Amino acid sequence: MKAIEVKDLSFAYQNATRYAIRHVDLDVEEGDFVVIAGPSGCGKSTLIRALNGLIPHFYEGKYEGSVILEGVEVASKQPHELFKLVGTVFQEPESQLLTFSVEREVAFPLENAGIPRDEMRRAVDEVIKRLNLEALRYRSPNELSGGEQQKVAIAAALVSKPKVLLLDEPTSNLDPVSANSLIWLLHELNLQGMTIVVSEHRLPLVVEFSNKLVVMDSGMIADVGRPVDVLGKYADKDIIEVPDVLVIADQLTRAGLYAGDLPLSVGQFLSSTKGLKPVI
Amino acid sequence: MVFRSVHYSYPLSNQEALSGVDLSISEGERVAILGENGAGKTTLLKHMNGLLRPTKGFVEIEGVDTRKAKTYEIARKVGMVFQNPNHQFFAQTCWDEVAFALRNFGYAEEEIAKRTEAALRDFGLWEYKDESPFLLSSGEKKRLSIASVMVYDPSVLVLDEPTAGQDAGQKRRIGEMLSTFKGKAVIVSTHDMEFAVKHFPRTIIISRGRVVVDGPTREVFYGEYWASAGLLEPQVVALAKALGMTAKPITAQEFVKAFEEAVAK
Repeated sequence: MKAIEVKDLSFAYQNATRYAIRHVDLDVEEGDFVVIAGPSGCGKSTLIRALNGLIPHFYEGKYEGSVILEGVEVASKQPHELFKLVGTVFQEPESQLLTFSVEREVAFPLENAGIPRDEMRRAVDEVIKRLNLEALRYRSPNELSGGEQQKVAIAAALVSKPKVLLLDEPTSNLDPVSANSLIWLLHELNLQGMTIVVSEHRLPLVVEFSNKLVVMDSGMIADVGRPVDVLGKYADKDIIEVPDVLVIADQLTRAGLYAGDLPLSVGQFLSSTKGLKPVI
Repeated sequence: MVFRSVHYSYPLSNQEALSGVDLSISEGERVAILGENGAGKTTLLKHMNGLLRPTKGFVEIEGVDTRKAKTYEIARKVGMVFQNPNHQFFAQTCWDEVAFALRNFGYAEEEIAKRTEAALRDFGLWEYKDESPFLLSSGEKKRLSIASVMVYDPSVLVLDEPTAGQDAGQKRRIGEMLSTFKGKAVIVSTHDMEFAVKHFPRTIIISRGRVVVDGPTREVFYGEYWASAGLLEPQVVALAKALGMTAKPITAQEFVKAFEEAVAK
């Protein structure tokens, strides 16, 4: 079943002279792990805002086409009806953390929706356990590291048990190890059945776990497909960050020194080059 | 620039942010500082332009002890570009943003106009001279923040995470831009190994307020510091090590060349 269906979507912010996204068509199946890449200003964030209903409900502008999320037309539903279907995590955790304890932070979306206390407590306990946040439960989000803050933001996004999790450049303020563990967390959630859509510049960290890569440029979808197929087209371009292992394998393939699928990780490279080691 | 057993603790903190840092950086050097979040990178950088002074030990900039110098005197020699341009901008137009430091340093209006125009043109921002800095894209904001420092010609440029949140093309532009600053020392903190490798011959890894290693980038990248400093080994290095290559490539291009040469042998 389709989790998200974007049909011929265009959007221009109020007073803007041009469309931020134009004629976007995109299908996301349930259980997909979709990565959206592309230069800054290409429309990634706008697309994410359109998927969770911030566009058109909070951002005014010219809206054409449609977004169907879990069978529901986003533009025709109120935001509070959408929050059970989709959770969102933004680039800077500081911009979305509001309270003085991790527990309250995670409970906030439910409090806001007027969920009964018992039910709220159960849901908060569950998500805190699921994301291993017990040790941080009573700490203030403001004193946590960037990686921990993003984890809290994810917990708050998941507490309403949505089927789809959207993340807008969630690692851009994290160091490599924190970024890596955030991506692993997304991978685990995906294995448990969560549909993940994430916009990201740091592709080498994430493409290994995704099954669909979307490249956007100037508000339009330039490419969509299996990460290895899409990245192959960009190995010698400077538009998105292609993993070094793939760039290397691409060049070695042309020189007749590498056979097999292009790799997305060091491990994949090594398993395709069995037998090459003695040569070196 | 010289750091001698520099210790620093933030007020009300019982933990040291820097615990005995020794280093010296010469004129015109290019240095990348790597380390996980909270390792002390930003605290270290803030000692380079006098925003912070050591609680123990000392820092000398061009022979002057920062404890005895005024912040504006140091700032004139060492330009600092912060991670988030939004925290740095305040003027109504890009022109005023770039001209600000020159006015502050008391330059004549004619000189201010000349330098500001040159800086805006050099950084590809001339067309935005009358627009608000806050309306620029993230890449343009980063360029403006660098322009507003370079305009007063400091001899050292310090940048905190210049590539955070930047896309591939902007990263390349920033790297190319930094390499045009001939004769100036350029020091960056970064999480971006590929960026460090391409533009910085010297790398310092810090962890828990201490220097873990300081040396030529290639040697540092082939050391065993990654795990202990909370960093990830770059793919090229991991691959070369796993294949037992004797050459020590640090870029994809170097790897391919070394691989082809090894096969040819």
